[in-house]
Amino acid sequence: MKMVIRGNMATAVGAKLCRPNVVPAYPITPSTLFPEKMSEFVADGELDAEFITVESEHTAMSACIGASVTGARTCTATASQGLALMHEMLFIAAGMRLPIVMAIGNRALSAPINIWADHQDTISERDTGWLQFYAENNQESLDLMIMAFRISEDKRVLLPSMVGLDAFVLTHTFEAVDVPDQGDVDKFLPPYKPNHGTLDPSNPITMGAFVTPEHYMEFRYAIELAMNESRDVIDEVFEEYKKTFGREYKKLVPYDLEDAEIILITMGSISGTARVALEEMRKRHGKKVGLIKLTVLRPFPEKELLELTKNAKLVAVIERDISLGFGGAVFGEIAAKYVNKPDRPLITNYIVGLGGRDVTLKDFNEIVEKAEAALAAGEVEKQTEWINIKEDAL
Amino acid sequence: MTAAGESVTEKELFACGHRGCAGCGEGTAVRMILNTAGPNTIISICTGCLEVMTTAYPETAWEVPIVHAAFETSAAVASGIDSALKALGKREGINVLAFGGDGGTFDIGFQALSGMLERGQNVKYFCFDNEAYMNTGIQRCSSTPYGASTTTSPSGKFSIGESKDKKPIGAIVAAHDIPYTATATIAYPKDLKKKVKKALEIEGPTFMHIFTPCPTGWRYPSELTIQLSRWAVQTGVFLLWELEGPDFRNIVINKKLPNRKPVTDYLKLQGRFRHIMKDEETLQKIQKMVDEKCEMYGV
Repeated sequence: MKMVIRGNMATAVGAKLCRPNVVPAYPITPSTLFPEKMSEFVADGELDAEFITVESEHTAMSACIGASVTGARTCTATASQGLALMHEMLFIAAGMRLPIVMAIGNRALSAPINIWADHQDTISERDTGWLQFYAENNQESLDLMIMAFRISEDKRVLLPSMVGLDAFVLTHTFEAVDVPDQGDVDKFLPPYKPNHGTLDPSNPITMGAFVTPEHYMEFRYAIELAMNESRDVIDEVFEEYKKTFGREYKKLVPYDLEDAEIILITMGSISGTARVALEEMRKRHGKKVGLIKLTVLRPFPEKELLELTKNAKLVAVIERDISLGFGGAVFGEIAAKYVNKPDRPLITNYIVGLGGRDVTLKDFNEIVEKAEAALAAGEVEKQTEWINIKEDAL
Repeated sequence: MTAAGESVTEKELFACGHRGCAGCGEGTAVRMILNTAGPNTIISICTGCLEVMTTAYPETAWEVPIVHAAFETSAAVASGIDSALKALGKREGINVLAFGGDGGTFDIGFQALSGMLERGQNVKYFCFDNEAYMNTGIQRCSSTPYGASTTTSPSGKFSIGESKDKKPIGAIVAAHDIPYTATATIAYPKDLKKKVKKALEIEGPTFMHIFTPCPTGWRYPSELTIQLSRWAVQTGVFLLWELEGPDFRNIVINKKLPNRKPVTDYLKLQGRFRHIMKDEETLQKIQKMVDEKCEMYGV
């Protein structure tokens, strides 16, 4: 069934199709429609779940943890400050191996306070042990929610997942979305039946124990192994989703890479703008520029990245976040994966669209011109450049 | 440690061999609660002494399912458990308890506690009050009494120790209009167990504030834990009461005190008050604070 809906609604409809048992959620711009819609589904009897009107995001995640450890399927949504407030509990959800799913309306962090599109919130949570997916449009927002439950609950993974969609550009923008049939989703995602211990008086277990240096590292290593395992699980689930619902997903989505000397890398909604810009460049100027869209940032898709860029002369990482005092966080991660490759491409980095500033075709033209100049010179003068900065306002 | 006049013969759900200090009041309280609650119980605990002394992997002192997440989360996690059991059709017959220390209840977990109470979750909250952050090494919190020397409210040339009196947590909690609020201490196990039983029979959130002396933090010989629990009541320092609903005109005082012991009898047994024992002015001030509280509660 086609529906014309906002991105937030897509995540709520996607979550509803997964029949969660417990939804603790707290309002925050730009994700507020998620708790509104989930409470409405419960109020109207469309969803048989307990909706908990928690008093903070910290409690939202804590209640998700309590519900998940009792054996319930659980999900929530938040953004920006709310995600930052959850930070402590994100480690605990992952450390206790709980397959919680959360939609994030990717938004900038204070100060100054700003409610618009920016990836700083989820980028700052890369080390928490959550799988991270980034949607380009509302269809992906819905599909990734469904797939996230399936991947997280796989016994080879048992780690929580977050699905990011850009503030306003996606969360509040109406797009046509193909909504799967409930019956098909039920087949794709059977009810959550954990085959590990849950809080059950007939089989008492202690969860969240105190662990000394003698054992702590093995707990952390086990998470890393699960992250590694999740790479194959993600491929399997993407493949099955394509067979069931007809839409193809990849961790890294290539565009016009065959003869590309310069490859741009993007995440989220700017990927569409990038494709339009590249199409123009090819058509009008014959420029050999391709694009990779990152859909999965955790686990980091290293193998696919190195394979897709093996013929590139320059890789330009374009991102909506900044690791202050370093440069782009995604750039840092990507560059690190080439470090032992003797024939690596030049790698450049462009910071764009922070706090919801529009990222335009003009910006992409400027980025490609800068990349071309670096390629012609055979060296990168400035590793991280800020695009569309008003220097005179500083 | 067995309290006088009370035999403990039920199956122990809080196993012996945990790592609590000798004379730990909290351990005794937990054991009494579990003896009353029985095996059909799930507990959410918070970071603190209880977590450290009972869950050191790969051992556990718990014969009932428990979960520990963070310091401020026992009420929040218990909310998730309560709702999950409801959603899964398993709520009937299971007690969902949340345990917090005084720091985890009065201070850092207060918001989560308030939220849980206000939502009316079917969670029985128990606060074990030893009047400071003991697990981190005796730092003051909002339950620390006036005059107590702690490592962050030290007595000194310009300090008498803690400069504020204890936050009235029971009154604040009762104001949430919850069905049942009560206080108890391990020196009166029949009273404590009767209140636990009552809390468990009530649908909706309940709160019990349990006074649990700490020999390490209060600096007294470990065999005095029960005596101090009793003397806290007999001096009027800690009052035993219960209340259904928010209206304090309905308060039931469980221990009337026509002849209260002087508060100095209680203070002088504890190293944390040693610096004020020759300070008549401060002792009189503390006695007056206790007198006023007793008068207010009609003890």
